Amino acid sequence: MAAPLVELKDISIAFGGVKAVDHVSLDLYPGEVVGLLGHNGAGKSTLIKCLSGAYRKDAGEILINGKHAEINNPRDARAHNIETIYQTLALADNLDASANLFLGRELTTAFGTVDDGRMEAETRKIMGRLNPNFQKFHAPVSALSGGQRQSVAIARAVYFNAKILIMDEPTAALGPQETQMVAELIQELKREGLGIFLIDHDVHQVKELCDRAAVMKNGQLVGVVKVDEVSTDDLLAMIIAGKKPEHLAA
Amino acid sequence: MSDQTAAPAQPQRRSFLSTLEVDTRLLGMIGAFVIVCLVFNVLTDGRFLTPRNIFNLSIQTVSVAIMATGMVFVIVTRHIDLSVGALLATCTAVMAMTQTQILPQMTGLEIGHPMIPWITVLVGLLTGALIGGFQGYLIGYQMIPAFIVTLGGLLIWRNVAWHMTDGQTIGPLDETFLLFGGINGTLGVFWSWIVGLAAAAAAAVGLLMARRTKVSHGFPVKPMWAEVAVIGAVIAAILGFVAVLNSYTVPDRVVARDLARWGCEMAENCNAAYGIPYSVLLLIVVAVVMTVIAQRTRLGRYIFATGGNPDAAELSGINTKMLTVKIFAMVGVLCALGGIVASARLGYHTNDIGTLDELRVIAAAVIGGTALSGGVGTIYGAIIGALIMQSLQSGMAMVGVDAPYQNIVVGFVLVLAVWIDIQYRKFSGAK
Repeated sequence: MAAPLVELKDISIAFGGVKAVDHVSLDLYPGEVVGLLGHNGAGKSTLIKCLSGAYRKDAGEILINGKHAEINNPRDARAHNIETIYQTLALADNLDASANLFLGRELTTAFGTVDDGRMEAETRKIMGRLNPNFQKFHAPVSALSGGQRQSVAIARAVYFNAKILIMDEPTAALGPQETQMVAELIQELKREGLGIFLIDHDVHQVKELCDRAAVMKNGQLVGVVKVDEVSTDDLLAMIIAGKKPEHLAA
Repeated sequence: MSDQTAAPAQPQRRSFLSTLEVDTRLLGMIGAFVIVCLVFNVLTDGRFLTPRNIFNLSIQTVSVAIMATGMVFVIVTRHIDLSVGALLATCTAVMAMTQTQILPQMTGLEIGHPMIPWITVLVGLLTGALIGGFQGYLIGYQMIPAFIVTLGGLLIWRNVAWHMTDGQTIGPLDETFLLFGGINGTLGVFWSWIVGLAAAAAAAVGLLMARRTKVSHGFPVKPMWAEVAVIGAVIAAILGFVAVLNSYTVPDRVVARDLARWGCEMAENCNAAYGIPYSVLLLIVVAVVMTVIAQRTRLGRYIFATGGNPDAAELSGINTKMLTVKIFAMVGVLCALGGIVASARLGYHTNDIGTLDELRVIAAAVIGGTALSGGVGTIYGAIIGALIMQSLQSGMAMVGVDAPYQNIVVGFVLVLAVWIDIQYRKFSGAK
C-alpha cells in the first residue's frame, strides 16, 4: 500500500484537566475513507479539530505525506490541502454561494478588489459538475436547502484541490435523497485519490461509506477496524463497551 | 441580494421592479424619505423643500452620516459602538488645541499659516484611528464586549476632551479648516456642475461596465431598456441634487463681504449661488469609499462573513480579531472626520459637541436597515437613515413642535422603522 497521507501520532489535548483526547494515533491513506465513531464527547471531533487547525494539540505529532506538519490554525491546515466540511458551522448564511465558496481565498482583479464575476463563473462551473440542478447563485445560502448548502461546502473543498477531507456528520441534516447525493460524492472523491475522515454517529452509514472505522471512547482510541471484517453490532459494541470484538482482539 | 434570485431558466411573470433589478429596500427607504419631505413641505407651506432648507438639511446631516457609515460595519459584525459622540469630542478637542495653541506655541507656526489646518486634520485622524483601534483591540483580542468597552469609552473620551480644554470653548478655528463646515466652504455654481457631471458620467460608466462584465461571463443581464432606465434615473438624481444646491443663491449682503469668492463685481444682481458644500462632497467621498470597501474588497467580504457567521469566518482562515481592530479604527477615523465637519460648522470646539451623537448614529444605521443580529447592512441605507432622522428633527422644529414631542416622534420612528424592516424580511423570505 502507498505511504500514509496523514499520520496522527500520540495526539493529546486537555481542556482544564479533562483529557478530551488521550494519546491517540491514527493514519489515513490516499483513496481511503476512515470513519470516526463514538459517543458525544468521546473526543472524535476534538481529535479532528487538531488536524483542521481549529484546536491546538497539547502533545503529539502530525505527519502529512510522511513529513512533520505544524498546524496551528485553519490557514495552516489549508496550506496542507486539508479541507473541512462541518455540519453547520462552515457557511456565512448572509452571503451567496460563490462568496462562501471563495471565503478567505477570494479571486481578485488587477486592482486588488474582489472579482465577483470570475468567482461566480467558477462557482457555476464547479456546481455544474457536483450539483447540476443548483441555480440559486444570487441567493444568500440561508435560502438554500440542507443538501444545497452541503454541496456548496463540498464544492469549496473540491475546488481548492483538497487532498485530505474532513467531514463532520455531513449528512446529519439531510433527507434521504440528499444523503444519497453526498454518498455518491464521497465515492467520487475517493476515486480521485483523496483521503477522507468521516465523523458520524450512524454505524450503518460508516459501514457503507468507509474502508476503516476508528472508535473512540472517553478520549481514548478503542480500536481501528476494517469495516468488512466487523458487523454493525461489533461496531456498536465497541462504541458502547469500549472493547474490540473478540474475533479481532487477538 | 435577496431580491435578485430570479433564475434565467424561469421566464415567468417578472414584475416591473424585478426586471429593473433595483433594490426594493432602497426604494422603500427613499420612498419613506420622500413622504417625510412632502408631509413637512405641506405643513410648512412649502418652506421645507426650498433650496435653502435642502442645503441646510444636507450640511446638518453630514457629520452623523459620516459616522453612521462606520457604524454599519460595527453593527454588521454584531458589535456596537457607544463611544462615537465622545470620541468625536476628543478628536475635535485635540484638533482645536492643535490649531489654536499647540502648533502656534510649540512649532512657531503662526496662526493662519497654510500648513496648520492640514497638520491639524492629520493629527485628528490619527487620534481617532489610535483610540478606535485601541478599543477594537480590547474587544477583539481581550474579548471584552463592545458594549462595555465603548460604554467606558463614552465616559472616558467625553471627559478627556473636557480635561484637555478645561471645559472651555476653543476657537476661533483656522480659516481653511472652517471650509469643511458647510456654508463657509462651497464649490460654487461652475464647479458644482463639473462635479455633478463627472459623478453622473462615472455612475453611467460604472453601471455599463458591470453589465459588460456580466455579459463576458455569460450571466443573464436585464434588458437594455431597463439598464438605460436605471442609468437615467441615477443621472437625473445626481444632476437634480446639484441643480437644487445651485439654485440656493447667496444673499447680496454675504456677497458684499467677499466679492472675489463669488466672482462678482458688485453685490447687487450678482446671482451667485452656493453649490455643493465641501462637507457634502466629503460625505459623498466617504460613502463611495465605504461602499467600495463593503462590496469590492476582501476586508468588506470578511466583515459581512464574520457578521453572518463568526465561526465560519474564523474557520475560513479570517483573522476576526484583527478585523475587529480594523473596524473600530475605521470608526475612529470617521469620528475624526465627523468632528472636523461638526466643529467647522460651529466655528469652535465646544464642550458638549457631539453629545448624544452615538444614539443618532446608531439610529441612522438601524433605520437604514442594518440588522443588530449582524451580517446585514448597507452604507447608502445608513446615509438615508441619517437624512430621515435629520429631516424629522428639523422639519418638526420648523413646524414648531415642542422639543419633548420631537424626541418622542424620533424614538417612535426608530422602533417603527425596525418593525417594518422585520416585516419586510419576513415577507421577502430573507433572513
